[in-house]
Amino acid sequence: MSEKSTEGRPLKWVGTRPVRPDGVEKVTGRARYGADFARPDMLWGHVLRSPHAHARIRRIDVRRALELDGVKAIVTGDDLPEIASEQAFVGEEPTDYRMLSQNVLARGKVGYVGHAVAAVAATTSAVAEEALRLIEVDYEILPHVLDVLSATADDAPLVHDDLCDRKGVKKNPSNIANEIEMGHGDPEAAFTNADVVVDRSFTTQAVHQGYIEPHACLAEAGPDGQVTIWCSSQGQFMVRGYTAKLLGLDLAQVRVVPAEIGGGFGGKTTVYLEPLAVALSQRSGRPVKMVMSREEVFRATGPASATRIRVKIGATKEGQFLAGEAWLDYEAGAFPGSSVAAGSMTIFAPYAFEHARSHGRDILVNKPKSAAYRAPGAPMAAFAVESVVDDLARQLEIDPIDLRLQNAAREGVQSSFGPRYKRIGFVETLQAAQEHPHYDAPLQPNQGRGVAAGMWFNAGLQSSAAVMVNADGSVSVISGNPDIGGSRASLAMMAAEEFGIEYEKVGVRIGDTASVGYNDVTGGSRVTLATGKMVVEASQEVISQLCERAAKVWDVDVKRVHWADGKAKVLDDEAIEPLGLAEIATGAARTGGPIQAIASGSVRGVGMSFGVHLCDVEVDPETGKVDVIRYTAFQDAGRAIHPSYVEGQIQGGAAQGIGWALNEEYVFDDSGRLENSGFLDYRMPVASDLPMIDAVIIEVPNPDHPYGVRGVGEAPIVPPIPAVVNALRAATGVCFSDLPVSPPRVLEALDAVS
Amino acid sequence: MEYASPRSLDEAIGLLSQAGVDARPMAGGTDLLVQLRTGARRPELLVDLKQIPGLCGIDCGSQGFRIGAAVSGAEIGECLPLREAWPGVVEAAELIGSTQIQGRASLGGNLCNASPAADSVPALIAAGAVCTLIGPAGRREVPVDDIVRGPGETALGEAEIIVDFRLPRPQDGTGDAYQRMIPRTEMDIAIVGAGVSVRVAESGECLACRVALGAVAARPIRVDEAAAALMGRRPDSEALEELAARASAAADPIDDKRGTRAYRTRVAGVLARRAAEEALRRAGDRWAARSQSS
Ligand SMILES: Cc1cc2nc3c(=O)[nH]c(=O)nc-3n(C[C@H](O)[C@H](O)[C@H](O)COP(=O)(O)OP(=O)(O)OC[C@H]3O[C@@H](n4cnc5c(N)ncnc54)[C@H](O)[C@@H]3O)c2cc1C
Repeated sequence: MSEKSTEGRPLKWVGTRPVRPDGVEKVTGRARYGADFARPDMLWGHVLRSPHAHARIRRIDVRRALELDGVKAIVTGDDLPEIASEQAFVGEEPTDYRMLSQNVLARGKVGYVGHAVAAVAATTSAVAEEALRLIEVDYEILPHVLDVLSATADDAPLVHDDLCDRKGVKKNPSNIANEIEMGHGDPEAAFTNADVVVDRSFTTQAVHQGYIEPHACLAEAGPDGQVTIWCSSQGQFMVRGYTAKLLGLDLAQVRVVPAEIGGGFGGKTTVYLEPLAVALSQRSGRPVKMVMSREEVFRATGPASATRIRVKIGATKEGQFLAGEAWLDYEAGAFPGSSVAAGSMTIFAPYAFEHARSHGRDILVNKPKSAAYRAPGAPMAAFAVESVVDDLARQLEIDPIDLRLQNAAREGVQSSFGPRYKRIGFVETLQAAQEHPHYDAPLQPNQGRGVAAGMWFNAGLQSSAAVMVNADGSVSVISGNPDIGGSRASLAMMAAEEFGIEYEKVGVRIGDTASVGYNDVTGGSRVTLATGKMVVEASQEVISQLCERAAKVWDVDVKRVHWADGKAKVLDDEAIEPLGLAEIATGAARTGGPIQAIASGSVRGVGMSFGVHLCDVEVDPETGKVDVIRYTAFQDAGRAIHPSYVEGQIQGGAAQGIGWALNEEYVFDDSGRLENSGFLDYRMPVASDLPMIDAVIIEVPNPDHPYGVRGVGEAPIVPPIPAVVNALRAATGVCFSDLPVSPPRVLEALDAVS
Repeated sequence: MEYASPRSLDEAIGLLSQAGVDARPMAGGTDLLVQLRTGARRPELLVDLKQIPGLCGIDCGSQGFRIGAAVSGAEIGECLPLREAWPGVVEAAELIGSTQIQGRASLGGNLCNASPAADSVPALIAAGAVCTLIGPAGRREVPVDDIVRGPGETALGEAEIIVDFRLPRPQDGTGDAYQRMIPRTEMDIAIVGAGVSVRVAESGECLACRVALGAVAARPIRVDEAAAALMGRRPDSEALEELAARASAAADPIDDKRGTRAYRTRVAGVLARRAAEEALRRAGDRWAARSQSS
């Protein structure tokens, strides 16, 4: 076992790579995901979806469907409670309960192709699908808008005509659902002092998170009003909160049991099926199972916003950034709530600016409601700003990493989104990239190298964890966060470290909403950080109880007892034989009963994680095809509890970002119908498309975490788009401002210059 | 829906003719099962062809090759004599799908699914492959060129199936190749595909050439004008550019989510030229190998 140390403390587990607790179940196919649950007498639910991008629902006639043999219940918008406008703080992105309810089931109007209009429960899946064909919906088709430009034109059709601002006041009718502004100083004046100013505009397309597991749930509403939901999500408490609110239930009536999750990337921080399944179960008196098809996932669940971003940066000829200003328009979809705020916060965050300002607009269009996607809003903003920084480096003839180092945010710098930075590791990460052999490795013709940086926050938010000592001395930990990236392993490692016991002696389970305190979603790169902190606190509390119990056994003052190497010891008397976990636990009945502790808190003082990516591409000048041939990603992880899972996060984020840059995009026809609602034509990278992504972990400990952890899950998707596009520019000499840089677009651009 | 797995051609044709339009033959099912799932097809009877001896196996005789219509891409890839003789056909068959799809996907299915973008079809046309058809009216032989009529449409009669594909033993100085453009490395549908076969004299003069393109028209097309650019010459870069220009000129593609018309037209020429270069290189290698062994 390698012995590392933080602040003089020897570490046995943190920094090692044990096998993950959920590994065997997953590789042997025994792990149970959302669609793997069943109940006797269960019905199958299916959803009727809008074929129109924008239409008024004049009438829904379900009579013929109800007559079909095997149909047990149907719900339409009329069957769900009307809900007042109210901001929710349950998920990851701003959500208004009223809008969420309308997205789950349309009321009066449909806002996109795929919008749920009715749900049916029947004895078999085939009967439920047949019933959908028998539901008659009378639509009055309305004109639709499909992009930011047409949605903000003067005579644009309105996606909503009754929008209110955050104070509940009715707004002037427009598709601009929200406007934000942030920053400091006076960029406009400062630009006049700049030797160089780069001002460019960029567009990106809607992209899907691409999780392998489609949304799925099983819901059972009992005659006593108690509801149980089995589903995969990024937060069982989120599902409980949203479902209860949308159906007018008490939180205590609803229990949500988390399944294993086959990917979410932010896309499972909201609900689509669960309220419908519960409503159908309430009406039929039977459990109802619902599973989306891949096509439904594409048509009806949240993509990341399509965007238009303009960025302007002014610098001195020595390379000092003077001022930055950015205008960000993000598509919200058919309901307000894009990630534009986070985009506006992150856009200038990696750099020290005396003058910085960003203007964000959340814009309604007739497309599926956007949802969080890994570092929501930041990758598009990074594409814009890092392309402009690349331009500046070229114009000023300064090495692109030197230019970034010169302007890098560091401790004490005023961030563009408000607070001053505490200890962060951006400079160290840039230096690591610059010193890496990749940075000056030779390139062949038609190849180019790009560099780009990016940051993402760690959300603290609310976490709870329970830690208990079992009679045999093993330790059980209950977390309330679905494990998406290996958090059970990291939590077990931190607990083993605290107790000084073997990793295998710690069992971590994800509790349902009735067996552990409240937890915010698994999102915002927060679980190892925030829930990890709760596990450490609860473990420390248990350890002090263990010391008290030992003191009782020995009949000594507890002040004389301390905990080391998995045992209670008397400080000043070596003759007293130390007591181990098992010995104290076996005798617990005589010293005060079961030993356990719960820790809950709002975790503050969270870190930031910065990444710097190096990308080499090779371009086929005759076909425009771009191949990524070498990729190295550097990231400050604070401290990598389990380095393999940190590397996995970095590799996964890079792969997704590369896909976003190269080929992924929603393609809509003129009527607003998505044309590529499957993985054949929605072109995510396949394994053979990518080289090995080398992950280099930099460790600048987060002063606010007991082990120095920074959340690492999201930052790695921020730099890849500009890293790829800057590499493409280096290879071809052509600037690309519109995503994706797919072969037709690249070839057209190459032709235009030659 | 019923499923039948006949053991003989007679039995299969019997089942298919009885059920008429409601029946569908199935080889690997990699197109058909997807269509069943999406509801694009709802046949009442599936007739699995994989247990019929005539549709299975590859024979390598002195006259040439017989490839069963239901033979999988993986099996084709493992047949060394075929790979040696017609590397372009084999590389096209191996491009279909991924490892999983390769275990099932057949040449018969690739052709009869009648997609304009089917990968093996331009390579088979370029190589001059002929298929054997059998149906209620008996047996006939048809060049692969004449099977696909348009998207989803074939020249097959009712209850008629493809039994096998025939390729000759290549003459001296023959070489073939297939190239396709997809934005990824696999699991995608060709934006353009180009198959070329050539026969060159030892001097390098081109004696025969066939060029076929996929995904640039309603059906895979043979482009004799492009082939003519090489005929009777020692193909230099000028001749190859001429071939490319003519291939592009023959392309009449659509604009869709997979690629624009302009892009497809342009890349059709590029790939035809690259396939021709590779075919010529292979033909040259054959002469070189021959002179070494003699
Ligand atoms: C993930 C995936 C990736 C793919 N990638 C590619 C690709 O890269 N390139 C490509 O070209 N295709 C690709 N395909 C499509 C498909 O795999 C190929 O077309 C394959 O060759 C079909 O063969 P099969 O044996 O599976 O056909 P089946 O699905 O069994 O049949 C296809 C059609 O042909 C008919 N048919 C089959 N055999 C005969 C016969 N002997 N006589 C008469 N009719 C017959 C069937 O009735 C059906 O209409 C892909 C498919 C999938 C699912």
